[in-house]
Amino acid sequence: MAVHEDGTITKLVVISSDSILPIDAALEIYGSEIDITIKETCFGTMVTGPEDVVNKVVSNVVNLDRNHIFVKERGFPPGDDRRCRAGRGGGPRPGFHFLRNEIGILPIIGKALDDYENNVPLEKVVQPEKLKVSQLKDIIESELTR
Amino acid sequence: MTKVFIYPTNSLILSDLIERFDHTPLAMMGAVHDKITTIGIDSPPLNITPEDPKHGLKYAAVEVPAGVRGRMALIGPLIDEAEAAIIVDDAAISFGCMGCARTNELTKFLTRDKDIPVLELVYPYSDEEGKDFVYKISEFLESLPKDVKS
Repeated sequence: MAVHEDGTITKLVVISSDSILPIDAALEIYGSEIDITIKETCFGTMVTGPEDVVNKVVSNVVNLDRNHIFVKERGFPPGDDRRCRAGRGGGPRPGFHFLRNEIGILPIIGKALDDYENNVPLEKVVQPEKLKVSQLKDIIESELTR
Repeated sequence: MTKVFIYPTNSLILSDLIERFDHTPLAMMGAVHDKITTIGIDSPPLNITPEDPKHGLKYAAVEVPAGVRGRMALIGPLIDEAEAAIIVDDAAISFGCMGCARTNELTKFLTRDKDIPVLELVYPYSDEEGKDFVYKISEFLESLPKDVKS
């Protein structure tokens, strides 16, 4: 991850695990007794602080269930007035829709990472073909003649 | 570690996978962090300055909307810095905060135009597709040099 001039970093820890809950990740961070800011969320936690400390703490959390806990950097720190819902009159913060969309795919990715770790061979994926225009026309015509 | 540019530029999945395979993701989040911690624009509600569309002129012509140029002021330097790239297309989220279609087109064009290894995929929606997605990314990332000084 890029090193920032101000020496701080904010990381989003997203948990998509059957065995680990967001509170477990938060407790792991609280237990580390390191002076950083964390915020518990519905999908995991947000951690802010000096870059090396945050990376170390996040790495400990990820090790709880390596293939099912995902991490990305976040530009704004938690509670920043430009993003925090508290000052914006509620509703999802900008960027949450994207995160929610990707969270929906995480179980698939986690399972694939498990397979990759266990050296399960890749089977050929058959991509569904796109609908031809002629077939679409037939469907429309059959519906219209009902 | 190789610097890998990602599209969508703030993807959790891509950013995580690249770090997992010991490379450096070049993502929008890092650029935004640098931007908002710059002295002078760290006071809400501003997070962009009138200078940004001017910086974007390096990547898009003057008649291109300021929104595209403003976005390119953040994304363009990431593409310049990239040593490899992963583009994941067909994302429903392109309609959200990432939803500037022209910026997305320009970003993909500049990435493909640059002489770097590029992996192009689509988002997975089934277990088989997910496996294919992760295996292709891992194969691509393992083919990149890890001893490059970042």
